[in-house]
Amino acid sequence: MAFWNLVRRSPWSARIGLAIIALNVFAAIFAPLIAPYGETEIVGDVWAPKSADHLLGTDQLGRDLLTRLIYGARNTIALAFVTTALSFLVGSLCGFFAATLGGWVDMLLSRIMDIIMAFPTLIFALMVLSVVGTSIPAMIVVIALLDSTRVFRLSRAVAMDIEVMEFVEAARLRGEGIWWIMRHEILPNAMPPLVAEFGLRFCFVFLFVASLSFLGLGIQPPTADWGSMVRENAGAITFGIFIPLWPAAAIALLTVGVNLVVDWFLHMASGLKE
Amino acid sequence: MFRLKELEKLLAQGKVSRRDFMRQVSALGLTAAVSPLLLPGGALAETPKKGGRLRVGISGGSTTDSLDPATITDMMMQVFNTSLRNNLVEIDADNRAIPELAESWEATPDAKKWVFKLRKGVEFHNGKTMDAEDVIYSINHHRGKDSKSAAKALLDSVEEIKSDGKDTVVFTLKGGNADFPYVLSDYHLSICPAGTDFLDGVGTGGYILKDYEPGVRGFAVRNPNFFKEGRAHFDEVEVICINDVNARTSALQTGQVDVINRCELKTVHLLKRMPGIQVMEQHGFKHYTFAMLCDVAPYNDNNVRLALKHAIDREQMVKTILRGYGTVGNDHPIAKANRYYASELPQRQYDPDKAKFYLKKAGLGKHVFKLHVSEAAFSGSIDAGVLYRESAAKAGIEIEVVREPSDGYWSNVWMKKPWCAVFWGGRPTEDMMFSTAYAAGAPWNDTHWNNKRFNELLVAARAELDERKRREMYVEMQQLVRDDGGVVVPMFAADLSAATDKLRHGKLAVNWELDGFRLTERWWFA
Amino acid sequence: MSPLKELIFKRIAFGALTLAVISVLIFVGVELLPGDLAEAVLGQNATPETVAAFRKELKLDLPAHERYLAWLSDFVRGDFGNSLSNGRPIAGLIGWRFANSLFLAATAAAVAVPLSILLGILAALYRNSLFDRTISMVTLTMISFPEFFIAYILIAILSAELGLFPSISNINDQMPLWEKLYAVFLPCATLTMVVTAHMMRQTRASIINILGAPFIEMAKLKGLKRLRVVVVHAFPNALSPVINVVALNLAYLVVGVVIVEVVFVYPGLGQLLVDSVSKRDIPVVQAAGLIFATTYVLLNLLADVLAIISNPRLRNPK
Repeated sequence: MAFWNLVRRSPWSARIGLAIIALNVFAAIFAPLIAPYGETEIVGDVWAPKSADHLLGTDQLGRDLLTRLIYGARNTIALAFVTTALSFLVGSLCGFFAATLGGWVDMLLSRIMDIIMAFPTLIFALMVLSVVGTSIPAMIVVIALLDSTRVFRLSRAVAMDIEVMEFVEAARLRGEGIWWIMRHEILPNAMPPLVAEFGLRFCFVFLFVASLSFLGLGIQPPTADWGSMVRENAGAITFGIFIPLWPAAAIALLTVGVNLVVDWFLHMASGLKE
Repeated sequence: MFRLKELEKLLAQGKVSRRDFMRQVSALGLTAAVSPLLLPGGALAETPKKGGRLRVGISGGSTTDSLDPATITDMMMQVFNTSLRNNLVEIDADNRAIPELAESWEATPDAKKWVFKLRKGVEFHNGKTMDAEDVIYSINHHRGKDSKSAAKALLDSVEEIKSDGKDTVVFTLKGGNADFPYVLSDYHLSICPAGTDFLDGVGTGGYILKDYEPGVRGFAVRNPNFFKEGRAHFDEVEVICINDVNARTSALQTGQVDVINRCELKTVHLLKRMPGIQVMEQHGFKHYTFAMLCDVAPYNDNNVRLALKHAIDREQMVKTILRGYGTVGNDHPIAKANRYYASELPQRQYDPDKAKFYLKKAGLGKHVFKLHVSEAAFSGSIDAGVLYRESAAKAGIEIEVVREPSDGYWSNVWMKKPWCAVFWGGRPTEDMMFSTAYAAGAPWNDTHWNNKRFNELLVAARAELDERKRREMYVEMQQLVRDDGGVVVPMFAADLSAATDKLRHGKLAVNWELDGFRLTERWWFA
Repeated sequence: MSPLKELIFKRIAFGALTLAVISVLIFVGVELLPGDLAEAVLGQNATPETVAAFRKELKLDLPAHERYLAWLSDFVRGDFGNSLSNGRPIAGLIGWRFANSLFLAATAAAVAVPLSILLGILAALYRNSLFDRTISMVTLTMISFPEFFIAYILIAILSAELGLFPSISNINDQMPLWEKLYAVFLPCATLTMVVTAHMMRQTRASIINILGAPFIEMAKLKGLKRLRVVVVHAFPNALSPVINVVALNLAYLVVGVVIVEVVFVYPGLGQLLVDSVSKRDIPVVQAAGLIFATTYVLLNLLADVLAIISNPRLRNPK
């Protein structure tokens, strides 16, 4: 398989990244099988320290922390992935269109995106979710919409640079259509910065969910999600207790993992040999 | 007056017993002139010292606050306003109404007409001497058609206010109210000079306003002409708004503030272990409820209400949500600190079998009860909803916890959704509590409960001056709410505050947080 | 007029148009917020009578377009009106807070922008080295923590444990500059950590992307030093995405730091906006919202113009 060949030739950092992602995906898919307890089951004392029964201790209600982490992977990774994918689909498509077509399309799209971006994001999310109500689909759409404006700006800027290159000009002269140019000339050349952005945006979704829970929006309890778990446990830091902070570590680990793979991709895409 | 001063001195030196002191003072007819600290209940643990700057790190401030007492809704202004201004009546550490700017009062036997004699020679910060005109002006600020005051409903029962000479104010009520002095102790009803726009911060209080920025900081210095002896010990008072609980905690730890309110329950046991820090508990009237609308199906069936009341594990709630800083509720809003608390009523227990029984009796079939919660309702209400869901599941009752946004909770969810989590600060008297939230037709009757017997008792008890009869009525009312009302009251929450151990205080009043908002007046540095 | 000037002029005109549209949206959007000012201000204290009295004062009986025009013309003249909830002039409420927001943003940017660009260039220069990987890991770990979490960690270590810096940054106008800088050290460090990773990674990615281009190969073949190739040849050509990311992060530093303001008790504009939204103090929300939007549009405009100037090929569009 081509993928395995690729992996075999990959540097150690990329392998670590892939392993981290695989671990998370595994946890997400098989959560009910590997989690020692039920997602919402109250199994022990409040804030019990780690023990043989509870490897990471228990949370603020006496639920097993490891179980919550595993379910958190299941509940948040899928959400983060769908949201980011949607925002890139909308954002980069609009961005490429704006850059290739130029003129009034560019102006119109840029202005619309500017207008959306000019609202502070949390306030925007607050207003929209207050009107339509909090549900997972509503949240995905709102976060994706907000994120897509950022993706739009970036992809438009990148595409503008590519658009004036000689090879695009040549393609135009050959009479290639806009779709062809976007797919064969712009997309491959714009891929590296976009992928770098994807790695970050993906992780920002977790943080955004945490901010939403700050405002009382976000994922409904008792569903476990990493962002809310960090927020609920953050107070312990003030007293120098770092044990209940596993969810933050989980987010950090996944972020590092995803971006290690992204770096590898960037390296391959740059065509540099060293 | 000379004799009184002498007596106070003797008492302080221990040459006269407290009982003798009180007897002699009463004989002199001077009770109201005695410094409140020396009255029973005001602990005399240590002689207060003057001096220092008290820095209060407080939650519950907003950039939309103002110095107008009519607009006060939260802690920062409650504490700061209480430092600058006084009321006619004060609540002491034993939850009794004692004179403040009033010197004494008396009521007609039907408790409909109240005559308040004012303390003489009290000066406002601007030099004006306080008289009846100022009192009437200040109280009327909260009355009338155009008033936007949050205390408006509280004064609805007042028919007329008029003066009788410079030092007497007469309140005529629409119906008898034996607890009327308690009404006048409400933190909105501060006395300000007549003609003021209320934004200048002028009052008679122990501290004079120097600087104020809404939602940021209030700063005041000691009033040298303060009318109370042995009160307001600090040279300067600074109230700093810190809404984030972790920021508040670390500000106390690092010595940037001397006292904070509303400690985080999750970490308070860690705070207690820190050197140089004291944690103070007040068991007052604050309680959390799950309110059902009694005119909306299925909650219109008392069997459903009873089923849900039996499906909650109150002990677990107190242990988990309040971390033990509180007491279990008995499905009515009257706290142990209230005068007529019905200790004879049996405590309702978590009983899945009974819950099943009542649910079956209701004949509801399969039903999912939607419980609406939010961090805005009360701290930990989402967790409380989740716990409730788990305990009810064991009784075969299915609860769906719906998290609502904090923003707009009180306008969009409370009183609108048929079952939701509610915060109640509680009230110092049974009548205020019941009239506010349980009387038929009251604007905040958040259960739409309408019980004929209860409503009759409420009016009768209000005007009853006989203690024994009054108590009987209030006990029956507590039972009615418990067995028929629309609220699940799982717990009464203690108020937690923390301070450097250099701060001293007497017995804490429980009517409001931070010693009844009066820490700047009553506390001192060792 | 030269084409470059014309292009820039066009951008400015469109910026102004955007602002006009935003002002309408802010005006309408804020009024559409669910809930009611009176009920929000009074909270549980709202009764039908008090609510009615409040609404009357709001003049909600006038038609919307009349209120909009009156509001906009007042706004342009610098008269922001009075806050509904405490009657203070909004200009006074907003003025010093906006100055504070800008001060914090400027301090954080002064550290974060040069730092992240430098780190980005170095990481690209020594890509895949231990240095590159370490920087990568550290910055990634930092951005994967929510900002309040970073703030708590900094407070726990630098303030509670070591006692080096104050944990609350309640600055005021009487403070001399150095004292202010000392007071904002922790919020500034928090924000630097939050934005550096993003800018640094974009710089690195853009430069590496350019490094494969033929003209860089050419430069290398000419025997130029790696440092010179990266700084003189690659970086200027990678500028436009970098400028974009920097502009985004600057805008974030001004308008998006409300959580840091809350944690450090910093009197900035974000706190005012959130308080006003939750209390439905409509005039303050509208004024603060428009100021935020203006800041954002101006920064974007600047980024656009700089991107045009920095890219020679864009100066002469077809």
